[in-house]
Parts: sequence; C-alpha cells; structure tokens
Amino acid sequence: MAKSEKIIDKNIDISNYKGVWVIAEQRNSEVLNVAKELIGEARKLAKSVGSEVTAVLLGNKMDKWAEELIKYGADKVVYAEHKLLEVYTTDAYAKVIFELITSRNPEIVIFGATTIGRELAPTLSAKINTGLTADCTRLEIDLENSNLLQTRPAFGGNIMATIVCPNHRPQMCTVRPGVMEKSQYDESRSAKDKIEKITPTLSDNDIRAKVLKVEKGNMPEVALEEAPIIVSGGRGLGDAEGFKLIKKLADKLGGVVGSSRACVDCEWIDMAHQVGQTGKTVRPKLYVACGISGAIQHLAGMSDSECIVAINKNPEAPIFKIAHYGIVGDLYKVIPEILTALDNVEDILQAFKKLS
Amino acid sequence: MKLKVLVCIKQVPDTNNVKIDKETGTLIRKGIKSILNPEDKNALEEALRLKDEIGDVFITVLSMGPNQASVVVKEAIAMGADRGILLSDRNFAGSDTWATSAILSSAINKIKEEDGLDLIFCGRQAIDGDTAQVGPQIAQHLKLPVISYVEELKYSENKVLVKRAIEDGHYIVECPTPVLLTAVKQLNTPRYPNMKRIFETFGENPERPIETWTAEDISLAKENMGLNGSPTRVKKIFTPSRKFEGEFLQGNLKEVARQLIVRLKERQII
Repeated sequence: MAKSEKIIDKNIDISNYKGVWVIAEQRNSEVLNVAKELIGEARKLAKSVGSEVTAVLLGNKMDKWAEELIKYGADKVVYAEHKLLEVYTTDAYAKVIFELITSRNPEIVIFGATTIGRELAPTLSAKINTGLTADCTRLEIDLENSNLLQTRPAFGGNIMATIVCPNHRPQMCTVRPGVMEKSQYDESRSAKDKIEKITPTLSDNDIRAKVLKVEKGNMPEVALEEAPIIVSGGRGLGDAEGFKLIKKLADKLGGVVGSSRACVDCEWIDMAHQVGQTGKTVRPKLYVACGISGAIQHLAGMSDSECIVAINKNPEAPIFKIAHYGIVGDLYKVIPEILTALDNVEDILQAFKKLS
Repeated sequence: MKLKVLVCIKQVPDTNNVKIDKETGTLIRKGIKSILNPEDKNALEEALRLKDEIGDVFITVLSMGPNQASVVVKEAIAMGADRGILLSDRNFAGSDTWATSAILSSAINKIKEEDGLDLIFCGRQAIDGDTAQVGPQIAQHLKLPVISYVEELKYSENKVLVKRAIEDGHYIVECPTPVLLTAVKQLNTPRYPNMKRIFETFGENPERPIETWTAEDISLAKENMGLNGSPTRVKKIFTPSRKFEGEFLQGNLKEVARQLIVRLKERQII
C-alpha cells in the first residue's frame, strides 16, 4: 500500500443505483428457506422505493429452482450457472457476485446471515468498498431519503441499533434465517422471460481455498426455524438431565427442543438447539420457556413467537414481561402437571365448558 | 524456515454480565469488566498450539483500541505470543467494520512487508458486536483467501487443511498460505497464561514491551479511518420495547396446567 492510500470514494452518485437484490443461497443444489424469506422482505422494500426484486442464484443445473424463485416473489432471476459454483467457495462466489454488482449497480443487496452468508457478504463489502450491516432483524426504507434502515441487536443483544449507509452503494446487509416472513408461493407467476441465465468465466485457478469434501454433520436435525412448537430449557434446569423432561413435553406437543445460551455454554446440550442472539432466531406458534430468565440476548431470538409460555421460579424474571402466559413455579413440578393435563385435554375442556 | 503468524485480538466488555438500568432502559456500562474476546483467545491458542507442535513459529498479536486495550495484548504475550502491537489513535475512533478492517490490514501489510506472514488468525466474531465481518474484510483488503468458522486445522508446508463448520456439517477445505482463518470456540481450549510470563509482561521492565502504533505508522489515508471513513453510521440506539402485558396463571399447579391447556386450545395451538 502506498503512503496515504485512499481506498474508498465518497463521491458516488447514489441515484445511479437501482433495484433490490437477494442473494439466494443454495446447499446441495436446493435453495435455502432463508432466501424465500428474504424475497418476501425484499418485495416490501422494493415497493417502498419503487423498484424490482432480483434474486441472484449461483449453482449448477438449478434451472428449476430459478423458476421457483419467481414463484416465491422475485421479479427477475439472474442465474449464474457453472460447475465450479455447485459448492460454495468464497473466491468463486465473491468473484461472480462482485462482477454482477459492479456492472449493474443495485441499490440494496441482502444476504442470509448463514455461516456462508456471513463470510461472503463481508468479503464483498471489502471488495466493493461499501458498508455492511450484520444479522439484521428489521429492514425499512427511510421515506425522507430512501436510505435503508437496518436494525440489529448489538452489545450481546442488550440493545438494538439502527444502521444506515448514507453515501455508499449498494447498501448491504445480512438477515438472520427465521426473522422475515416468506411471501406467498404463487404457482401462477410465470417465469417466462424473467430468468437471465449467465455463464461466468471461472477456472480452478480462481479458487484458492478449495473445498475437498462436504461432510454431513452428525448434528441432530433440529430445524428450530421450521418448528411450529418449541420447548426450551434454561439454566433453571440445573443440569443436562433436565433436558429429558423438556424433550418429553416437546414430544407430547409435537415440537422440538430449544435451549438458552447458558445451557450450551455449560455443554448440557448441543449448540444446534440454541435460541437467541448468538443462536437461532425463531417465531413458532408456541414457545415454552422453562427455567429461562430471559436475558435480552435470548429474547432477541424468540420474542416474535405467536404465543409464549414462561415457567420460572422467579416472578421477577424478565421472560414474564414478554410471555402471554406466565407460570410461577418449579419447572420440575409444573411440567409433569402439564404432561398429565395434556393426556386429558378432552376432559379438561368438558369440565371448563360446564363451569362457564 | 520460521513460520510467521499474526493474531488479531480485541478487548471487549463482558456482555454476558450486562445489566440494564430499569428506570432509563439503558445499558449500565459502569463496572462491566473488559476481557479478551473469547474467540480471539481460541485464535491465539491455535497459533500457540502450532508453536508447540512446530517449534519455529513467531507470533505477533495485533489489537486496535484505546490505551487500556494494551491489557489484552499483554495477556496474549503472557499466554505465549512473541510480539504485541496496539494500534491506538484518536483518528481510529468510531470506525465501523469496514474502516476497522482497513486500518488493521494496513498495519498487517506493514508487518508483512517487513517480516513476511504465513498465517493470520482472527476470532470469528467479537461478543460486543457479533458481526463476524472484520476477519473476512481484512482478508479481502489484503487480497488473501479466507476460511471462517474453523473447527480444526492442520498445517503442513505452505498449506492448511481445515474443517470449516456450516449449519448442518462441515466443509473440508485446503488452501495454500498465506491465508486468513477465523476461529470458533470448538477449535481448541485456550491455555492459562504462564505465571512467570504474567509477572514478566505486567512488570516494570518487560522483556517484550508493547509497541503502540498510531495513524502515522500506517499507510492508510486518514479520511478512510474512524467515523468519517466509515460507510455505515449508527442512526439510533434503543432498548427493545416490551409493551406487551401477559397473564399470570393463578392457582395450584394442577389448575394452572388446566388453564394453560384451555388457553392453548382456544388459540388453536393444540
């Protein structure tokens, strides 16, 4: 670097940048759910700035998925097809997306905040020299100046910060899976003339960090983001054994097991179960928090749940502030009662009807 | 040939123990302990592990922050690093991840030009910002390859073999050096600093004194540093509002459980 090298130019004309882009991430040649959620969100943003949603898909033999992205709500799809794009590598993906962005100048580019998106997006922000906001939980357009308002939890989830990128384009951000709502799948949306298939110039030499093998993990299939019902355990369980009771309740309700960070830190349960700022963001129909006090970093991951039930010994626990139904008591006494009650749902409803 | 390793570290507030002022809804910063960011510790440990294994390894730690951040650089030296550099200057204040990575990579470039570098380690993310951006951004500024979420590392002659975590498994990645790697906590268990080195490092005439570099020591233009050099701005900070008022279910536990079932049924959840 030469002395006093300037690497960023502030004087760009931001009015030259148009369109909302979603980088549609795929694994094993299947588009991830988060991409569908991002398209849903991008549609809202595009509507307020009066532009279109473009989904960008990188892969190999994924024509069918390119069409699907239109049905999920994208106005256009740019599909870059290449054998070397089948499995993600930072070098190849960054090269292709960099060329697309710098030649077409989108106004907004959104990535999923996955373990891959969180590597690809910062690489591109440094390559393009523009701003990037990580792990957003809310996106809006500032109607005064069309800037993207990017809100994210900060300081371990203890506060929220709204970030803007006023003088650089594109405005880029990553959004956590499970945070945004998918737009309605519309079978009738025709993909005709809406898919632009390109063949990027790529060779083995472009890729320095090469993926030799993809290993499917022995991680349990938790799929927290997809589960309609989650029963989560926290420090109040006291030990790893406590998750057996949590699992019992989750099984009975037809849900899956979640956890607070404390339990993962204590190694009572695998990280794949963690809900919160550093774990998964979820919005199930029912979230049962057992022995979870409700640190803001946990709330950041589940407070959008449709119905929250909290069980905690401490009536002052912050979790009760966001719970629809609070039960003050020892979870080891409360959960067995709930399990019994779940065996007798009809009787309980009958009895309740008589009373009222 | 000596292996040259650089580790980027950050001093962070211990966000696990943050309290919120109930009256004002703001963060109580007073009395929060500052620590060496946990995953940066894993990054450093991996460099130290290589040193244990290979022997001929020289480890430089680099941090950016106010003067008091020299404590974590000293901690790193007490753990076994050979050289510590703190980037500290008013011009750096208010940097976002882009500007931070530009400053750090300008300093790394200087070290690289003087002595060469084979491996650069960063923690995947810092617990105060949780962005995971600075590592990949540094790599890009330096035009080096990056591998993040590193859970296992093998180094052998000018290349690394890495187990990189993804949501449902791993990628096995091979890459020639120099390369930038970001460490997650599964990578290793950081060691405790050596007592003798603690006394030595924190004492009056340390054998390895911390070097402090300012904006003058690096080649990056001042207009690319700090708040003015940052593409992003914080527009607003707020504590999440919780307007919602729930209902405590009352009575003995049996009644409570029954009430819950009725409520969930009404909401058509069960």
